Amino acid sequence: MTSYRTPRARVAGLGSARSGTGHFWEQRITAVALLFLTPAFVITFARNLGGGFEEVRATYANPSNALVALAFVITAFLHLFQGLTVIVEDYVHGRKGTFLIIAIRLLTALFALTGIFAILKIALGA
Amino acid sequence: MVELALPKNSRIRVGKTWPRPEGATNLRKFLIYRWVPEDGENPRIDTYFVDTDDCGPMVLDALIWIKTHIDPSLAFRRSCREGICGSCAMNIDGQNHLACIFGMDEVKGDIRIYPLPHTEVVRDLIPDLTHFYAQHASIRPWLETSSPAPEREWRQSIEDRAKLDGLYECVMCASCSTSCPSYWWNSDRYLGPAALLAAERWLEDSRDEATGERLDELEDPFRVYRCHTIMNCTQTCPKGLNPAKAIAEIKKKLVARVV
Repeated sequence: MTSYRTPRARVAGLGSARSGTGHFWEQRITAVALLFLTPAFVITFARNLGGGFEEVRATYANPSNALVALAFVITAFLHLFQGLTVIVEDYVHGRKGTFLIIAIRLLTALFALTGIFAILKIALGA
Repeated sequence: MVELALPKNSRIRVGKTWPRPEGATNLRKFLIYRWVPEDGENPRIDTYFVDTDDCGPMVLDALIWIKTHIDPSLAFRRSCREGICGSCAMNIDGQNHLACIFGMDEVKGDIRIYPLPHTEVVRDLIPDLTHFYAQHASIRPWLETSSPAPEREWRQSIEDRAKLDGLYECVMCASCSTSCPSYWWNSDRYLGPAALLAAERWLEDSRDEATGERLDELEDPFRVYRCHTIMNCTQTCPKGLNPAKAIAEIKKKLVARVV
């Protein structure tokens, strides 16, 4: 089909979304936060490797350890969601891309919630 | 959309090897992309031999020599032959450059020449830049003011004028945009380094009164934020400009509005 849309109309498209800066800025904040949270979480986690159930529970019963773990899980999955969304926007277009972004949003939220629930369960000793 | 293989009718075949010029002692081998829309054939790579004792030192000199002495059907754009018009941008030895200011001695071995990557080809080495120019126009590359015009010129301090250095010299050759993978996959929506360098030139201009509106128009996940600082644009710019830095400055301005 011949299109008589002008080049300017094609470039204008549906206009500017007037958004994107929030996503860009938040991705940088979560990246910097993970620089500190990842080692803090990994060190605490590694110390418990090979330890028994009571030992692990004692570690995460300490509020500072539990908070670091919670902050890490929330930030890491938020960052994962932001990063994967950018990759899909880059490479997958149209309806397929929209569905993938929805799936990424739901799955990262599900994983984050699972992590939060697990940490709370250990920390609060339910 | 990412494309990892060329469409069937764009796959490149081996073309014709043109005869070596008689009596020449210093020859340089050129492998050049050829395609014409009329014959329905796939693109091909033709081989030419250039007598370097009989032609100038630049790649454009060699192309003009080929057109004059061997094959008048070879099509390419050129005008100023001194790096100011931006017409002769093409992919030489794997890098986008202006053929007129790129010396043959900068390439080791055979010289391979293709049109600018991921552009629609009009013929041989001529890309269709309609969309690229429309993108440039879309950033409104002119001074926008709402204050009454002064009796004489809009004044600007020497310091403010200096901020435009490195932004205004772009010759619109499209080397940067067509070297950018993000532009390859998303040029329908991503403005690309050349248009964004021009956008930054007007955002930086102390006389311009439309900074907010300009940023409004740019703030879009695709128009600006497809730039992932790959930096091919800066590496390839034949004029030595830094579009990647200009885009970073735009992002800083957009963040400064919300933080």
